[in-house]
Amino acid sequence: MAVLIANQVTKRFGGLDALRSIDLEVKEQAIQSIIGPNGAGKTTFFNCITGFYNPEEGDILLGNRSIIGLSPDRVTRLGVARTYQNIRLFKNMTAVENIMVGMEPHMKSNIISDVLRTRGVRRAEQEGLEEASRLLRFMGLSGQGDMFAKNLPYGAQRRLEIARSLASKPKLLLLDEPTAGMNPSETREMTSLIRRLRDELGITILLIEHQMRVVMGISELITVLDYGEKIAEGLPKEIQSNPNVIEAYLGHGSYQASIQ
Amino acid sequence: MKKDASSLWRQALSTGLIAGALAVLVSLVGLVVSFSDTDIIRGVITLGELILFSPIFLLAYSSIQRASGRSLRTRIGISALIGLVAGLLLSLLVIIGTATNLRQMFVNASPALFNLLTRGVPLPLGALVPPLSCIIAAWVSLGISLLAERYRKAIIQGILWVVVLGTLRNQILLIYILQQEPISTILKAVIFAQSGLSPIGAVIVFALSTSLAFYSSGRKRVTPLSRTPKQQKKFRITLFIGVSLILVFLPLALGLFFTEILDSTGLFIMMGLGLNIVVGFAGLLDLGYVAFYAIGAYTMGVLTSSGLGLYHFTFWEALPFALLAAWLAGIILGLPVLRMRGDYLAIVTLGFGEIVRLLALSDWLKAGLGGTQGIQSIAQPVIGPLTFDSLPKLYYLILIGIAILTFIAWRLKDSRLGRSWMALREDEDVAQAMGINLVFTKLMAFSTGALFAGLAGAMGAAKLTSVYPHSMTFIISINVLVLIIIGGMGSIPGVFVGALVLVGLPGILSEFEEYRLWFYGLALVFMMLNRPEGLWPEARRRRELHEETAELIAE
Repeated sequence: MAVLIANQVTKRFGGLDALRSIDLEVKEQAIQSIIGPNGAGKTTFFNCITGFYNPEEGDILLGNRSIIGLSPDRVTRLGVARTYQNIRLFKNMTAVENIMVGMEPHMKSNIISDVLRTRGVRRAEQEGLEEASRLLRFMGLSGQGDMFAKNLPYGAQRRLEIARSLASKPKLLLLDEPTAGMNPSETREMTSLIRRLRDELGITILLIEHQMRVVMGISELITVLDYGEKIAEGLPKEIQSNPNVIEAYLGHGSYQASIQ
Repeated sequence: MKKDASSLWRQALSTGLIAGALAVLVSLVGLVVSFSDTDIIRGVITLGELILFSPIFLLAYSSIQRASGRSLRTRIGISALIGLVAGLLLSLLVIIGTATNLRQMFVNASPALFNLLTRGVPLPLGALVPPLSCIIAAWVSLGISLLAERYRKAIIQGILWVVVLGTLRNQILLIYILQQEPISTILKAVIFAQSGLSPIGAVIVFALSTSLAFYSSGRKRVTPLSRTPKQQKKFRITLFIGVSLILVFLPLALGLFFTEILDSTGLFIMMGLGLNIVVGFAGLLDLGYVAFYAIGAYTMGVLTSSGLGLYHFTFWEALPFALLAAWLAGIILGLPVLRMRGDYLAIVTLGFGEIVRLLALSDWLKAGLGGTQGIQSIAQPVIGPLTFDSLPKLYYLILIGIAILTFIAWRLKDSRLGRSWMALREDEDVAQAMGINLVFTKLMAFSTGALFAGLAGAMGAAKLTSVYPHSMTFIISINVLVLIIIGGMGSIPGVFVGALVLVGLPGILSEFEEYRLWFYGLALVFMMLNRPEGLWPEARRRRELHEETAELIAE
């Protein structure tokens, strides 16, 4: 059963094909990765899935539903959440407030009930706070909930971003370089955390990652992009020895050299 | 060490040049001459002199503080150098001014100014007067800085009180309760002179305020944190009741002059609360906000004016329509600008404000809106036998309006919608990726903000019983925006502080009217450099549920 199916997705910027006929299938409760050299189109692909870009050709199905043409907020409401390569928290809001913004798809209130603070609103806020505290604990951020996001240390900001995306209770979580800028021990923690997200919360995960140790250790299926094209797909072992992949990363002829 | 010392003197030299330049500036702007008749202490110092010497006072003071580790002799030298340099610049101004005619460029470079600067001493000798007086001014700063901190603070406070009371002599005597006998006679005979404080009055004010400041600084302060939650609650309730009582009796105690200022400040507070939602909460820069005030005011005018005679609604019947019109206008402005950000949004909203003003001014709509003449005889609110036809009565109406709007703004800020607005302000793309509907959220911000201004407009129209297109200018929008910035973006108490500082204070200091924009600019530059977060920055509630507090609640 596939959570996400991308079918011949093509995205062009002017004359440049940022993505060319990409096919991708993400299985339910899988941890899959997209890798590729800089500029390969990985983040562009994420932006297509989340509704920021509209692909010129092809189709993206979430469950059975096409999400082409939907605005980002609608896509989020269908159960897709993401984090960003360069952390994009709401810097001048506290950690708890950041998470509670993430709960938006599940909150119901209107301006009148907000002003009157009706019983329903009060209960929803209370439940939201409790949920936020749970998420903070899950991500190891207990006690930092009232700090401004901008004042949190780097690793905590990365985790808060994931906590915020979890608040929307996604079926599919897209992580854009979750271990970027982390030291080895932080990276190990993040890796086990990503596994816990899948094992304990049952969330399907698609990630972009540059650290090969992370990618190879965690992924069940790896897709390799280069210049907007899918050049390989397979298990970590297969990818490691795939000549196309090595060439993409190290340049033409390097595979020959590595064999010799 | 030696190099260090020379840099100290160089610094003093440049401080002196800056102080002198500022003194020349205030002279040429006309502040010195205009306020040479306004005494602070009669026969001792005028407001003009104070303004002239204040750059030297302040800059010398901060220079001396920076050199606090140095020997007394060095500090005397530094302050003398600052005064000398600043004074020489003033002398230069006098010499150039008398030799040539500067008045073509600087209207205020008059003989009267030079006479003031040289204190009436004719020229060759008179050129010595500014340096001498500036050195004395710098030494006064030095003298104050030599005192121990507790004395120094008390004395600075005393000086401030003398300056404030002396400057505001006329306004203080307009306060209703101070006009009662025997207070009025005593004040006029002892404390105040014809203009400013009398010397004896100045001594009394200085002695009282200094000793008060001195003793209160010795007392231990109860900090909010040292109170238990129960005490805090009690404190808050007492504060609330106290403030409410003061607000209720304020117009009775202050009299008409101040009530007029309170009323207009109140209208700006209402607008500020509304624009604060648009700009402060949601981060949508709106430079045409006055349009919504105009729409509220004009709707009220058209529907109730007996002069225009189109409709004969009462105030209360017309009010819902005024609010609806403003609200709809908010949505109408919001729709085309949904995709715009930052500068582009600012330009479009600015245009919107001008369009509304020009429509009101146009001959095309003259039959309905009165054109240049505006609309007169607008109905005033009536409740039962009570007509709100005087400034104090309108004050209460405006007070209630502010209370309602404050409540709404405060509730919205801490709600789901408020969080969405803030997310929008922080990062629009990510906010949308979190599931926030940008169209709805932006329109809510624009329309709610517009509604607030609409209420202010309706009340403003009833207050003046007239509306004119000329009073709906761009500068009003800027005024409201600036008061939010000065108060603190997104902060509700900041709106009140900002309005009091930027609308209330200039209202009281009506003599300064000509220099209002000058001080505006000064205040803005100063704020942006030293306190960009505003006078009363936005506070955040602590929200994370800590286990300890959860247990406490459970108990």
